[in-house]
Amino acid sequence: MTTSPIEKPNSFKALPDSDGHFGIYGGRYVAETLMPLILSVEKAYDEAQADPAFQAELDDYLKHYVGRPSPLYHARRLSEHLGGAKIYFKRDELNHTGAHKINNTMGQILLARRMGKERIIAETGAGQHGVATATVCALFGMKCVVYMGETDIARQAPNVFRMKLLGAEVIPVTSGSGTLKDAMNEALRDWVSNVDDTYYIIGTAAGPHPYPAMVRNFQKIIGEEVRQQMMEAEGRLPDSLIACIGGGSNAIGLFYDFLDDEDVAIYAVEAAGKGIETGEHAASLSAGAPGVLHGNRTYLLQDDDGQITEAHSISAGLDYPGIGPEHSWLHDSGRVNYVPITDDEALEAFQLCTQLEGIIPALEPSHALAHVGKLAPTLPEDHLLVMNMCGRGDKDVFTVAEALGVTL
Amino acid sequence: MSRKQGRLKARFEQLAAEGRAGLVTFLTAGDPDREMSSAIIEGLPEAGADIIELGMPFTDPMADGPAIQASSIRALNAGQDMKATLAMVKSFREKDDDTPIVLMGYYNPIYIYGVDRFSEDAANAGVDGLIIVDIPPEEDAELREPANKAGIDLVRLTTPTSDEQRLPALMEGASGFIYYVSIAGVTGTKSAASSNVADAITRIQKFSDLPIAVGFGIKTPEQAAEIAKVADAAVVGSAIVQVIADNVANSDGIKDSPDLLKSVLKFVSELAQGVRTARS
Ligand SMILES: Cc1ncc(COP(=O)(O)O)c(C=O)c1O
Repeated sequence: MTTSPIEKPNSFKALPDSDGHFGIYGGRYVAETLMPLILSVEKAYDEAQADPAFQAELDDYLKHYVGRPSPLYHARRLSEHLGGAKIYFKRDELNHTGAHKINNTMGQILLARRMGKERIIAETGAGQHGVATATVCALFGMKCVVYMGETDIARQAPNVFRMKLLGAEVIPVTSGSGTLKDAMNEALRDWVSNVDDTYYIIGTAAGPHPYPAMVRNFQKIIGEEVRQQMMEAEGRLPDSLIACIGGGSNAIGLFYDFLDDEDVAIYAVEAAGKGIETGEHAASLSAGAPGVLHGNRTYLLQDDDGQITEAHSISAGLDYPGIGPEHSWLHDSGRVNYVPITDDEALEAFQLCTQLEGIIPALEPSHALAHVGKLAPTLPEDHLLVMNMCGRGDKDVFTVAEALGVTL
Repeated sequence: MSRKQGRLKARFEQLAAEGRAGLVTFLTAGDPDREMSSAIIEGLPEAGADIIELGMPFTDPMADGPAIQASSIRALNAGQDMKATLAMVKSFREKDDDTPIVLMGYYNPIYIYGVDRFSEDAANAGVDGLIIVDIPPEEDAELREPANKAGIDLVRLTTPTSDEQRLPALMEGASGFIYYVSIAGVTGTKSAASSNVADAITRIQKFSDLPIAVGFGIKTPEQAAEIAKVADAAVVGSAIVQVIADNVANSDGIKDSPDLLKSVLKFVSELAQGVRTARS
């Protein structure tokens, strides 16, 4: 493993520092044109955080519009089938719009409104973040432009149509492999060209400071609810947590509240695509190296010349050659275990969960589910395992049908 | 190593003595391939380029518009990498020890090469300055310090969004010259009004004595002349790169047009003509 050993910190929750660094990761690697804007986002966010009225407004929307808290559900049949740990799903797929993404877009749109911005841009891979952004823009009557790679437009057609119904303009991105990385490049180009009226809602815990910390803070409600719900259900903390990783927002959302609870084991699942050894994967921690892209230093898939290589995953939401900087730091520090799961393993878990629990998971959390399938049987029956069911699979039925050779 | 100190300083002094602005030409190293790219670069000084900006190709040029994105892809597809770019500079230096060369690009390829090794190798090859688009002053010490130690200037960028609060921070540690990005946007798209540029230059001069080069959106000899009236140098990139693109596309898609070299250098000499006559 590529780790530069880190001394064990007093707390895993103390970062980033004031310049947005998580150890050597994070920071603000953006064009100078964007710097004043990024500094003003940071200032506005700090002020919002200190303003009880902001949190109260957000809480109100999360409760009545998003539908929080999401349930913590004991998946009995899956637990029985796997034999071993007692498996719980954190049901963030039941949120309005069907994924955890709206926890973040709701927070950021309220911030954009405070800043007096009128136009919202976003990048999207699976389309879940695009839909969650288009949704809050419709809610507040704001102009919305979503950048989406061509490849992703083809494999997430239902979400593209949803965004358009919600009034967003979806701009296809043809550069590179037409996936999330390319959409992010294009969104940054838009932002640099429209600094006065535009706010960029980044969809994951990555990008220049303050985004990784801000997105984490908007998502950490997931873990905070789990703590309370598990206390109610079992009278104690969970023993392990599992979540999938694209940029890392649902994962850090589940993990953050537990980072200093040493007895809680934490697993994050990267997309291994067709297998790490094939080179066609999206496992930046398992197979990448630290580098600088999209505003932060973090682990990236790249070649010896520092050129970014294309990621691959059956899941559009995980198909990204980087990862949020806090995860890079948690990886090096050893607090979180990062493990790979292939396309095929995820597809199998997708079907198993659908058949045993009547829940069609998104392909992203299907990766986490596949790791649950490996881990649970090795654990005792009183082991409490929580998996973040961070999205529902309606958007993926076409992709899954194709992978299974079914014509719809 | 026989590195002559201060080519950038000498060149700006010479321009001041001649009472004119300089022409800075940008192209991507290795576009459309290494051999042709070297031939173009070697022809630039005679065509009238005063300073050469050489792009280090990168897969994800976030601050660039379509023309430079495409040039980066052409170069990478032709096998260009950092070693090849430094080798091109080195062979240029065997023939020309006066024309300053500034490498421009994104941080990751340098970071992966290693900032110390890069600074030394670049200095030995004959590089005079660096413009790194995605490393603002808040983050640039880790590159600036080894680069300066090796005798290379890290050129700071200022933009229409750099207000009087921000400018002092941008000037601290700046050397070589100041690059004024004249529009809020990516390369090769909008063009700035020269009156706005003049105002910005006055603002920057309150905080710095360094020469000021202006770039982004300068596409024609006339626009270059307008900028040359108010700035110490005018930078032209996308428009030159577009001449390469046109001559690559005009052929069967693999072979370059026989006129590629001539067309690029002809366009550069027209730009130089514009810049040189601007103040007369
Ligand atoms: C349902 C779902 N899960 C996970 C992800 C991956 O993102 P992150 O790692 O930020 O949670 C996405 C991204 O689109 C998604 O839609």
